[in-house]
Amino acid sequence: MSLAIALHGVRKQYGEFALHDVALTLPLGQVMGLVGVNGAGKSTLMRLLVGLVRADSGTVDVLGKPMPDAQVEVKQQIGYASDDIRLYRGQSLRWHMDLIGQIYPAWDETYAQDLLSRFDLRASQKLGGFSHGQRVKALLLLIFARHPRLLLLDEPTTGLDPVARAEVLGALADVLRDEERSVLFSSHNTADIEQLADSITFLHGGRVVASDDRESFLDRWRRILCRGSIDTWLGEDPGIASIRESAPFIEIKTHAFDESFLHGLRHRGLEIVSVEPMALEDIFVTTVRRGANP
Amino acid sequence: MSDELVLSSHSSTPMYAQIVEQVVAKVMAGQWPAGYLLPSIRELASNSQVSVITVKRAYMELEHAGIIVTQHGKGSFVADRPEASRSMLEAEFRTQLTGLIATARKLGLEPRQVRKRVDEALLQPSDTS
Repeated sequence: MSLAIALHGVRKQYGEFALHDVALTLPLGQVMGLVGVNGAGKSTLMRLLVGLVRADSGTVDVLGKPMPDAQVEVKQQIGYASDDIRLYRGQSLRWHMDLIGQIYPAWDETYAQDLLSRFDLRASQKLGGFSHGQRVKALLLLIFARHPRLLLLDEPTTGLDPVARAEVLGALADVLRDEERSVLFSSHNTADIEQLADSITFLHGGRVVASDDRESFLDRWRRILCRGSIDTWLGEDPGIASIRESAPFIEIKTHAFDESFLHGLRHRGLEIVSVEPMALEDIFVTTVRRGANP
Repeated sequence: MSDELVLSSHSSTPMYAQIVEQVVAKVMAGQWPAGYLLPSIRELASNSQVSVITVKRAYMELEHAGIIVTQHGKGSFVADRPEASRSMLEAEFRTQLTGLIATARKLGLEPRQVRKRVDEALLQPSDTS
């Protein structure tokens, strides 16, 4: 299987902050959502992948090429969107489109026009007059319209109003049609990631705390409401990520859900009141809390 | 016109199950007849704005249930097995019935009372088309 991204044993120290032994792979044609709080290391990870910074140790391969050594070669095929990228305030969006069109042979003017109307942007307007949301959409337009094989989007939907967010997610969904194109996008809005991502990675304190495909992730996690009393065994069960008690109820969150897990709870005298799937946000918070208090 | 499903990310029904439900509904309504070529996994994912892996999983379940058949390199088609969709819904009905009875027992309802309530509910006009 060809990989769009392969990280092995990656470390990067940045003052107080460090990425620790990050191992991550993204197969070609897949979308990965990167979830983490501010300072978790999402942006550092993105910069390593674009070749803006070099890892202290470990290997970073992008589209089969080592980074940052192959960055000139790979850059044509990467679309990187982040706060790092500045557009020229004194120039119009059209001017930017022409500039990118000259640099990248794959520029697709028809698609650019389509995105202009979907994003509700005016090409003749100077970037200085754009709102934050319009600037983000302009940047994404400039990237999407050259059809990069790998999109690295650092918080593409952060700070957008709900309408703009829906427009951006709609454009991101266009990419799913092509089995050669891959996406890594970070967000602290888990709802955005839950919808489009094939795989989900949680980053916390510079470490990958969980990484799996979306379906397994959501399948394995359940919130189970029981009636009964907490015994010591509950705290020892490695499948239990959190327990809360409010007599007569016990709420159990597990990342190891299956029929035998339920059977185990019944066997220990608990009555199952309800079993509910969990939203990604809840799974994330529970994972991070569990990591913080092992 | 593209084939697109109407999915909700806020439903308690998982996305893949919503896809399965809606495909079964289309097949049962005859909207997607036997031999109908389903949208490709990537096309449906893109149109409905859900992840590719989610649609893949839904198609696997539909195939497992005999509702669609996938021919390598050609795509997925609605199977010529009209009873498959029915038996899938039958299975769902049985599950819901088991749940209904379990709740009735928790409430301490007598069989007679349950029957009466079901009869009453059956007289209500259907709220789904």
